[in-house]
Formats: sequence, structure tokens, C-alpha cells
Amino acid sequence: MNRHLLSAGDLTRDDAELVLRTAEELRSLADRPIKKLPALRGRTVVNLFFEDSTRTRISFEAAAKRLSADVINFAAKGSSLSKGESLKDTALTLEAMGADAIVVRHSASGAPHRLAHTGWTRSSVINAGDGTHEHPTQALLDAFTMWRHLAPGGAGKSGGGLDGRRIAVVGDVLHSRVARSNALLLRTLGAEVTLVAPPTLLPVGVEGWDVETSYDLDSVLPKADAVMMLRVQRERMSDAYFPTVREYSRRYGLDSRRMGLLQEHALVMHPGPMVRGMEITADVADSSRSVIVEQVTNGVAVRMAVLYLLLAGSSEPTLTTSDPGASE
Amino acid sequence: MTSYLIKNARPYGGEPTDVLVRDGVVAELGASLTPEEGTEVVDAGGAVLLPGLVDLHTHLREPGREDAETVDTGTRAAAQGGFTAVHAMANTDPVADTAGVVEQVWRLGREAGHCDVYPVGAVTVGLAGEQLAELGAMADSAARVRVFSDDGKCVSDAVLMRRALEYVKAFDGVIAQHAQEPRLTEGAQMNEGDLSGRLGLRGWPAVAEEAIIARDCLLTAHVGSRLHVCHLSTAGSVDLVRWAKSNGWNVTAEVTPHHLLLTDDLAATYDPIFKVNPPLRTAADVEAVRAGLADGTIDVVATDHAPHPHEDKDCEWSAAAFGMLGLETALSVVQHTMVDTGLLTWEQVADRMSVRPAEIGRVADHGRPIAVGEPANLVVFDASVTRVVDPTETASLSRNNPYAGRELPGRVVATFLRGRPTVLDGKVL
Amino acid sequence: MHAQPAKPVPPPDAGDTAVGATPPEEPAGRVVLDARDISRALTRIAHEILERNKGAADLVLLGIPTGGVPLARRVAERIAIVEERPVAVGSLDVTMYRDDLRMRPPRALLPTEIPAGGIDDKVVVLVDDVLFSGRTIRAALDAMNDVGRPRAVRLAVLVDRGHRDLPIRADFVGKNLPTALDETVRVRLGEIDGADDVTISGGAA
Repeated sequence: MNRHLLSAGDLTRDDAELVLRTAEELRSLADRPIKKLPALRGRTVVNLFFEDSTRTRISFEAAAKRLSADVINFAAKGSSLSKGESLKDTALTLEAMGADAIVVRHSASGAPHRLAHTGWTRSSVINAGDGTHEHPTQALLDAFTMWRHLAPGGAGKSGGGLDGRRIAVVGDVLHSRVARSNALLLRTLGAEVTLVAPPTLLPVGVEGWDVETSYDLDSVLPKADAVMMLRVQRERMSDAYFPTVREYSRRYGLDSRRMGLLQEHALVMHPGPMVRGMEITADVADSSRSVIVEQVTNGVAVRMAVLYLLLAGSSEPTLTTSDPGASE
Repeated sequence: MTSYLIKNARPYGGEPTDVLVRDGVVAELGASLTPEEGTEVVDAGGAVLLPGLVDLHTHLREPGREDAETVDTGTRAAAQGGFTAVHAMANTDPVADTAGVVEQVWRLGREAGHCDVYPVGAVTVGLAGEQLAELGAMADSAARVRVFSDDGKCVSDAVLMRRALEYVKAFDGVIAQHAQEPRLTEGAQMNEGDLSGRLGLRGWPAVAEEAIIARDCLLTAHVGSRLHVCHLSTAGSVDLVRWAKSNGWNVTAEVTPHHLLLTDDLAATYDPIFKVNPPLRTAADVEAVRAGLADGTIDVVATDHAPHPHEDKDCEWSAAAFGMLGLETALSVVQHTMVDTGLLTWEQVADRMSVRPAEIGRVADHGRPIAVGEPANLVVFDASVTRVVDPTETASLSRNNPYAGRELPGRVVATFLRGRPTVLDGKVL
Repeated sequence: MHAQPAKPVPPPDAGDTAVGATPPEEPAGRVVLDARDISRALTRIAHEILERNKGAADLVLLGIPTGGVPLARRVAERIAIVEERPVAVGSLDVTMYRDDLRMRPPRALLPTEIPAGGIDDKVVVLVDDVLFSGRTIRAALDAMNDVGRPRAVRLAVLVDRGHRDLPIRADFVGKNLPTALDETVRVRLGEIDGADDVTISGGAA
């Protein structure tokens, strides 16, 4: 793996599988009496959040603490950030404090990329969501959740990826960093991805993404092994991306009738926070098909895996396949 | 006034000759001229001799942003790049929307003395797009403004644009339009295309430029006025201007050096040094604007030299300012993209970078032929050398040079403004 | 599996441990234990464990991945045959507890499988293939600390090659193998490598 995790596209298939396998081992930690491992003792992880996201921050915080890292939370929200200087100043401050990793959430696409490549800091940079660009750890936890349920051989034990599995990602793809990261990672893992949205909410150039696209949710659902519903913000309506919430829900919302179109084993997913009644109805979100709560649990394990793989070893370039090798 | 004998220069890249410059004019042309007593000799060593370059589109930032550039530093950069005249854009603070401000800029240019400064007047008060500025007062001022532009902002209101086009006919002015449909480009960060979708940066679609150009061409024809299209950047825009010209309408257009060379894939670095408005476009667009410049559809190269202090570029992409430097690299970029590729001769370069911009700007003393009796506004350009661009080696106050680290051909050896050298041995005097 | 001469602290590129480093195909070296020797040694260890523990009550065998895991299973099978009842067996990954974690590129984690009854108040026998510096066992003791509190911990190894860095000794040893520091001991097991043997190679030749 690289020293940074900026884009799901940075991960090779071997990298991605290594993260998933490592997460699988770390997930069992939740069942142990002492939910803590010493791997990052003495390392400092900074959660640098320029944008509110309590659930992502808590997930990273839990992950870092379970690996015994020191965690510093740095919430730098506020309107003074319209000028970007503060990203640099903040980075310099964190550098002076000796941060080993910076987990950054920022409203500007590419801000983690800048942090990693400007020389402002030597820390590893982990993208925890940047603008409408990417959210790679969310994609990893989504893939991990799918892998545990859908991987050939089951329970994620068989290794391998998600070859041939069909995943539908539905909703505001245009503004979704989750959709971008998922499309990249799921393709890397061998899954077939279909993005479903009204034409106004598909990005220009999506033809080049190596995914299928569809405007018709009903035709996609019967073939899907998992369907991921993206959050749709009501404000999009005022920008004329769709006429009304009611029309959006009718055409692209997941309700119990549509859930009936899914195969028996198909999963219902949502990266959260959900807008119940908009893109997903409450009964669907709470149904037995839904793995939305499990996604949260898996988020901690996946973020532990990422932190471990980026930080635990020396800063030598790391290789990408797994061969445990050493006994002494 | 000292006389200068420029030895062994090649006018328009042609046969080598000597040029005697005396009393502000070209006094003698011919092989093996002998210097008189007190004449300084400048050995051009076979370098290309062109009429001094004229920029229709420069941001000198003064008054208001003297931390980015001043009239003095900006015109030094201009001289360094071979320019003898620049048009200073109106988006200063205060905006150049009154006779007072344009006269101030004009006077600062004269005091600095590195090249002639022709202030551009704002079309609307405060560039706000609501009310016409006092265009006539600026035209009648000491600055004799003929080019009017809200550059940085588009005169998007069709009625206002029509009135402006009509109004400037009274003093032979021209409206230089920054063609950008504002609603289609709200929050826009880069060219809308495959890459903007991937990078999650809000797209600036070509249609937002082309829709305004099409409308303005029709308005210009309708009212019988004169339109100049600033920094045209797309293949579609080239087609529209070609169409307007084929109808005989009085439409001219400019392209920037960066749109002749750089493409939108540079945005993948998220390095705001490549953030500019209009944005860098695709390779196909670059191809089209080069062809347009070659066949004369695009009349001129204009730099859109846009200095910004370090902190406005040393940040995340969406927070960064739009714009890049251009004066000191323009001729090199044109050599690289147009001359070395066989698309333009040096004589055509002189046309696109001196003759036509002077005509469009109604600047009498510039863009003149290299001939006896003509004003000695000249640039000696050694096209045989190459250099790696170092952003710290600049006369500008700013460093936002998108060519940093690139190898570019050519070097300005000397620039003469009315017979007086502003650059000698490659150094600003 | 092979234990490299790993002391003092090896350079980060010591070769055998990087995630993804393919171990070079080594020359066969001198065979010091063949399949039959290994089998006999494990049988003896099984009996010694039972003797020391006075039966299989409360016994938990934990193999240290990767080589220790099949060895623990084989010993457990032998105990089960003698005692006519299954004995708890699992695995304990020590990767995150290694004292050289930071000196090398990150390693993939290996399975930790604690038997259903846990290890509290049990007699845990750690099983590994080669005992060398003792650092792996130190890590295993720490790892176990986070899993539970056994009544006692014992150590069984197939090969003890000496050169300890820490005050650690094995309770049950298949073979004591005097080695030079720069020699490499390699244990191959059928479950992992397709064949059983222990070879020794390298050294000042």
C-alpha cells in the first residue's frame, strides 16, 4: 500500500484484499474481553475534521484507540475556511506536534491530496471524505460488508474478491464521494457495478468509469446482489436536479414493493446518515435484508485495518500481497 | 538620446540585417551599418527581430492588490517578455470604472516607463453588471480608453451588453467580453468533462462560454458594433467566431498562451497553480485553438497575465484564486506551440502578438512595421536557445507560473520602447 | 517456515517477513529431521504434556501461526487418541505484539482462534515450530494477556536452536539443535508446504 490513502483507486486488488482480510481478523476483537491491541502504541493519529461528521470521526477514533494510538481530535469547522490558508497552517501545526497520521475530512475535493503532496507535513494522510471526490474507507467498509455476505465460499474466509457480484449504487451519484470510491473499489475487487440515478444526478463522463448506468431502478434490482442507497439532500431539489421529493422517491426510493424485486440473498445498504422516506423507507431500512447497522460495526474494523497497515510498520515501501513469513 | 545599432538581427525571422535606432524611430536598415560616434552596439547574433509585442489582456493589480503586482513590476515583467504595450484590465480595487482610476493607472505606467500602459475601462459600475460605467468619460480622459471589459466577470445581461456595444460606437471603442454564462458556471472549478467528474470538482462546461459568444456575435451584428472575445478556450468557440467572421461581422478573438499549451488533465494534481478561468481544456480544444490562431480566426494571443500572491495558490484547489502568470513566457509558449510546429511564421507571430492587438486596441504607435521612420518599438528574440522555467526568476511580484520546471524555447535578448532599451542582455533596465 | 538469524535487530529488508515478500527458494540444506522423526517427536511431546498435566483436563493448545498451528493440531490429535476425548486447540497470532513491528513493513495478520471455552483458568500450551531468540514467545505471552488469564502456560517447540535473547525456555522440545547464528533452520510441514522435514543451511561455508 501507499503511505497515504487518498483514493480507493490507489488500492491494487492485492492491497484491497489485504485490508479486507486484516479487517476480518480485527473484527473478532469486538468479541474479546480486552478490545485493545498494542500495535500503534506511541503513535499519534489526528482526526482533522473541517466538516462535521460525528459518525466517521467516532469510527476513526475508536479504531485508533483500539490499536493503542494516541488520538487528537481537531475540529476546524467554520466559515473562516473560505480562504484555504488554514489548511496549510493547520498542517504545519500538526506536523510540529508530531502526528504520525492525519485523518482528514474536508469540504474541498482534493484537500487530502494537497495535504499529502505539498510538503506541509510528513504524516500519512487518510482521506475521510473530501468534497464530492472520494471516501475510500467508506468504500472499504462497504466492500467488507458485502464480502462477508457475498464472497464465494461465504463469511469472507475464502479470500478472493467479489468477482461477478452485481452491485447497484442508487441515488445522487453526482455529489457522492461514496459512489466514486465504491465504483473504483468494487471494480478492483471484480464486482459489476451499476449506478442508478436520474440523468441529472449522474456525473459528466461517467461513461468512462467502467461501470454500467441506468435510469430505471426497477430493471436493475432483480439482478442485484446488493443495493446501496445514497443519501439525497433535499436542497438538490431547489437546484432543479429533480422536481419534487415525492417524484424522486417514487422513481428512485427503495420501498417494500421494490425490495420484493430483490433476490433472496441480496443486501440492502446505506452509508448513512439516512433520509428515511426520501431514498429509503423505514421498513426497508429496518428489514432483515438491511446490513446498515453492521456497516457501522465493520467501519471500525476496516479503519483499524487501514491504520494498522499504514502505520504499524516501518515507513519502508510496503508490498502488496500477503505472505506472513516470519516466525522469529 | 543614445542611438543603438542592432547588429545581425533577422526581422520577422528573415535575412539578417542591421538596424539603427535613433531619436525613437528606426533610422536606418541595411547590411553592415557602421556605428557612428556614441552609438551603442547591440549584437543580436542572428536573433529574430519583431515589432514590440502588444498585450490586450494584462492584470497589473494596481490599485488594490499591490501585494500581487504593481504597475511597475507588471510592466517590468512585460518588458522582460518583449512587450512594449499592455492593456491593464479593469478589475482592480477600486475598479477602473471612472476617468480618475484609468488616468491613475495610465500615469503610473508612464512613470514606470517599462512599457506603455493602456487602461481598460470597466463596462459596468464596479463590474456589478447592473449599470453602465461612464464609458465616454474614460474614452475622453488622458488615458484615451478604447477597450472596455468587465473581465473576470461576464456582462451576462443581454440588454446591458447590447447597450454597451451600441454606446462605444460613438468613440470607436470595443467591448472585450469575458464569455461565461454565470448560472452554468456557479462554483465551477475546472473544465467539465471526464476528469471533473472523477476529481469531484464542479465543472465549467464549454457551452457556458460558447452560448455567450454566440449571443454576443448576434448582438454585435444586430447593432453594428465591435466585439472582442477574451481568452477563447474551446473548439466550439473557434467555430462560432469563424462563423461570425464569415458573415462579415466585426468580431475579433484572443487566445492565451496557456490555452495553446496546457490541458485539463493537470488538474489531477489538485495543484491550484493550474486553476485558471476559463479553465484549461482538453487536448482537442488545444488543437482547435491552435488551428484557429493559425488560420486567423483567432486574431491575437493575449496573456491574461494574472498575478496572485503565494497564499492564494498555496491552499486547496477550491479555495485558490483563478489565474496564472503569462507575460514573461508568452513568446516562448507561442514559439513552442505555433512556430516550432510549423503553424505560424515569425511574420504571423508579429501579426498575432503586435499588429492585430494594436489595431483592436486602437493603439497608434505600436504594431507598426519594422521600417525606416517607424517608431522603434522592437523586441530581439533568440529563438535558438531553450530554458527551464524557474518561477523565482521573474520581474513579477508573484510566482504563480504554470510552466515551472518546463523547458521552453527562446529568450528575449532586448526590448526597445520608442528607441530606448527597456531590456538589454536579457535584463530589465 | 524458517527462522532466519534474526539477531540483533535485523535490517528492515531482512527478507523473510515483509507482507508479500516471496521467500526465495532456498537450497535444500542438510536434513536434520525427516517426516518420521517429526512424527515421533510430536508423539513424545503429546505424552510429555499429558504426563506433566496429569491428563488432558483443562488443557488448551494454542499454535503460533503459521508453523505452530498445524503442529498444535497434530499434538492435539495424538492427545485425543490417548485420552479418547477431544482436546481444545486454537491459534494465537502475535503479530501486533512483536517488538520489531515498527522496524519492518506491516505484516498481514494471521488468524487468532480461541477455543469456545476460552483460556481463563486453563493450562495453555503454546506450540511453535522453532524456538530461537524467544521474542515470539514473549509476544505470545503478551497477546495471551489480552485474551484471558490461564492457570499456567507451557511451551512446546519442535526445534530449539538456541541463541536466546530472553529468559525463556521450552517445557517440551522435539529436538535440541545446536546451530551457528548465521545458519537458517527451516521447518516444512505437510499442511503448509506439502512435505514434512527440518533442514539447516547457510552459515560460514
